[in-house]
Amino acid sequence: MSQAQMQTTPQAGAIGLPQATETRLQVLMVGLGNEIFAVETDMVREIIDPVPVTRVAGARAFLPALVNVRGNVIPLADLRIRFGMPKTQATADTRIVVIEVDIDGDPVTLGLLADKVYEVTEISTRQMQQTPRLGSHWRPEFIRFITKWNDEFVIVPDMSRILD
Amino acid sequence: MELDPTETFRQEAAELLDSLETVLLDLGQTPQDRDLIDAAFRALHTIKGSGAMFGFDKVAAFTHDFETAFDLIRKGKIDANHDIVTVSLSARDYIRTLIEDPDSTDPIIGEAIVEELQRLIGGGSAPATGLAPVGEPEAADGSSAEEPAQAGWSIEIAFESDILRNGTNPLVLLDDLRALGPCAVEADLDNVPELGALDPESCQIAWKVTLHSSCSKDEIEDVFMFVRDEMKLAIAPLPGGTAPLYPELDMSMPDAVEEAPPRVAAAEKPAAVKSRPEASPAASSAPEKAELGRRAEDKGTTVRVQAERLDELMDRVGELVIAQARLSQIAHSGTDLAIKAIAEEIERLASGLRDTTMGVRMVPMGSIFGRFRRLVHDLSRDLGKPVDFVTVGEETEMDKTMIERLADPLVHLIRNAIDHGIENAGDRATTSKSATGRIELSARYVGAQVLVTVQDDGAGLNTARIRAKAEENGLIPPGANLSEHDIHQFLFHPGFSTAKTISALSGRGVGMDVVKRTIEAMRGTIDLTTIPGHGSSVTLRLPLTLAIIDGLLIRVGEARYIIPLSAVEECIELTAEAEARAKGRSFLNVRGDLVPFLRLRDVFDAEGQPDPHQKVIVTSIGDTRVGLVVDQIIGSHQTVIKSLSKLHSDVTMFSGATILGDGTAALIMDVAQLVTLGQSRAESDRTPEAA
Repeated sequence: MSQAQMQTTPQAGAIGLPQATETRLQVLMVGLGNEIFAVETDMVREIIDPVPVTRVAGARAFLPALVNVRGNVIPLADLRIRFGMPKTQATADTRIVVIEVDIDGDPVTLGLLADKVYEVTEISTRQMQQTPRLGSHWRPEFIRFITKWNDEFVIVPDMSRILD
Repeated sequence: MELDPTETFRQEAAELLDSLETVLLDLGQTPQDRDLIDAAFRALHTIKGSGAMFGFDKVAAFTHDFETAFDLIRKGKIDANHDIVTVSLSARDYIRTLIEDPDSTDPIIGEAIVEELQRLIGGGSAPATGLAPVGEPEAADGSSAEEPAQAGWSIEIAFESDILRNGTNPLVLLDDLRALGPCAVEADLDNVPELGALDPESCQIAWKVTLHSSCSKDEIEDVFMFVRDEMKLAIAPLPGGTAPLYPELDMSMPDAVEEAPPRVAAAEKPAAVKSRPEASPAASSAPEKAELGRRAEDKGTTVRVQAERLDELMDRVGELVIAQARLSQIAHSGTDLAIKAIAEEIERLASGLRDTTMGVRMVPMGSIFGRFRRLVHDLSRDLGKPVDFVTVGEETEMDKTMIERLADPLVHLIRNAIDHGIENAGDRATTSKSATGRIELSARYVGAQVLVTVQDDGAGLNTARIRAKAEENGLIPPGANLSEHDIHQFLFHPGFSTAKTISALSGRGVGMDVVKRTIEAMRGTIDLTTIPGHGSSVTLRLPLTLAIIDGLLIRVGEARYIIPLSAVEECIELTAEAEARAKGRSFLNVRGDLVPFLRLRDVFDAEGQPDPHQKVIVTSIGDTRVGLVVDQIIGSHQTVIKSLSKLHSDVTMFSGATILGDGTAALIMDVAQLVTLGQSRAESDRTPEAA
């Protein structure tokens, strides 16, 4: 799954990938605040409507709650907090994207709070961009690379690092 | 889920080796016990046979040599003794490595073991093959009841009816008998039903064999070694003189089949069925009969199931219990009596199913106690400290996964008891204790918990030395005012060891902290008591299972939480007077006892206004109590425990989560952590007052 691709890409973040080889990634476009993130479909398990959440006292701020997804209790991550973006109220577009990522060799299932889910599409590393100025709260190690989609900048996040 | 045959062999061999170990250790204590010797021999023989069958040639070859040497003990040529048991144990270990990791083993080790065994058994003179004794005339001086001058044997064979389905061919066994000497074989067709009812896969034929041979009874039994548990075998010496051979013996069986016309068989069937059970046991001796009966019973009542299937079953039952809770909630919020009745019925069934499933997962503690006997045996030899190892409560049952996780902590505790607890034989002599130390491993139920205790009769903990060490490590200021109990807690500190010298076994200070962490991860606690000069005991207090607990559902602010009911002592109301009396301090007067309390609204940062009548749930872990102040007590709740995600591993106040009747998740409080928190808050409350 995504791991193989991650290994072929240097984790330099802003510097990006070697241009010589073109890799095509199938991704799910997810809106968070004013940004669009491209989440690789390999890690996406399902997309569900918001469900009641259970707040976890003492947990890290970006992992504030638990949700029950089909009998499995999984953590709910709010990446807006991780990226220092303002918190917004839930809207009719709010969804939970259930993903599975490898953390220290173990597969971990979690839900990502998304302000909006757009579509599944394919992006190419050829259109990869240098990380533009995105403000001081962007930590380069969280970003695998930035690319363009429909004339908009799209962030391909490094999930394992974000969640670590 | 299917296992490949090699894996099946490995599993079987592992079990056989375990039982071999137990048998050998028992043999060390009662060297004359024929049953134990036979049991060990049987285990070896089976390992050899199935090892060869599955291509474990090294295993088969070595086991053969081992078995050959062991045969001398079995034949009564020589008594088992302590040294033989020790060598046999190392042989058993060698077989295990041969099975688990054949490439890394060095055949020289195996040769050395066999040589040592032969030296011990034969005093150096026994032939390496060990095959000689069979025909030797002095076989009679062994304890077995053979009579070598015997004219022959009369053998009655009755297999269990499903033996053919298990892949055994009785005719091959009869051929094996013939190989021992001239035989007359007579088929007993009393039990064969009429043709219409005949099941070709079911063996209803019994045999009577007259064997004319000077072979020993053991040799005959060896023929049936692999099917011994699935048959009735009666072997009696032939009355003196030689009975004539039946020349037509091979013809007798087909003849008999033809001669038994279906109708006659049908008419005779009831009578035959009735007479059969009487006829057969009459031939066998009474104890043998009892033995056979027991074996048959054992076989009929156990099924081997893969562990993962049990886990899966438990998961499913967990889901069912959650779904049932939701159903009950819906049923009780409505007015439909029929649905209420069904919901109650399902509740009863689900709870029954839950109990049964948990019961299936329960295994007796004895299944790991055996391992420790070996540990004690080896340690007491290596350290030169003779130790009596006593186990109590082997039949106490616990969840399979719990028992597995308990093994390592117990190894640490037993090691400590021998290495640090039990004094050297010389020191023991000066304190008028018997030279042999005593370690008792016991397990018993207390309520919904299991108490596992490791107790030694050694010197006890040296409180002064622990204190000195703690001061040396800077854990406490010199001369700090601490109770003995508090000082002993330093033993659970990472890297804390008072051993003056580091032995290969212990003294490195790793261990006790790991023990504590493992036990706490299982929602258990450790109590340590010691009497100087008389020994110490470590008690592990553990829940029966990890999967489902009885919980108390409570509400704090908007959120609902579960408190494990086993930790709850009582629930009281936090009255206005009580609050006034507490004067802002976090203490509560519970019938004269000062109990610190925590306002969970503060601890969990709950939003909104507190309920007007706050409740206090008094919880306890071990001897310490703490009150938890909540907004509402909702009621008891069957709690299926879901572990928290790795991403939440930094969360300490909760030990897991569960799913409530309405489908939302609720957190399960880790009372031990909250108690510690409450204690420390109470301490900090007290300190400024004292200052």
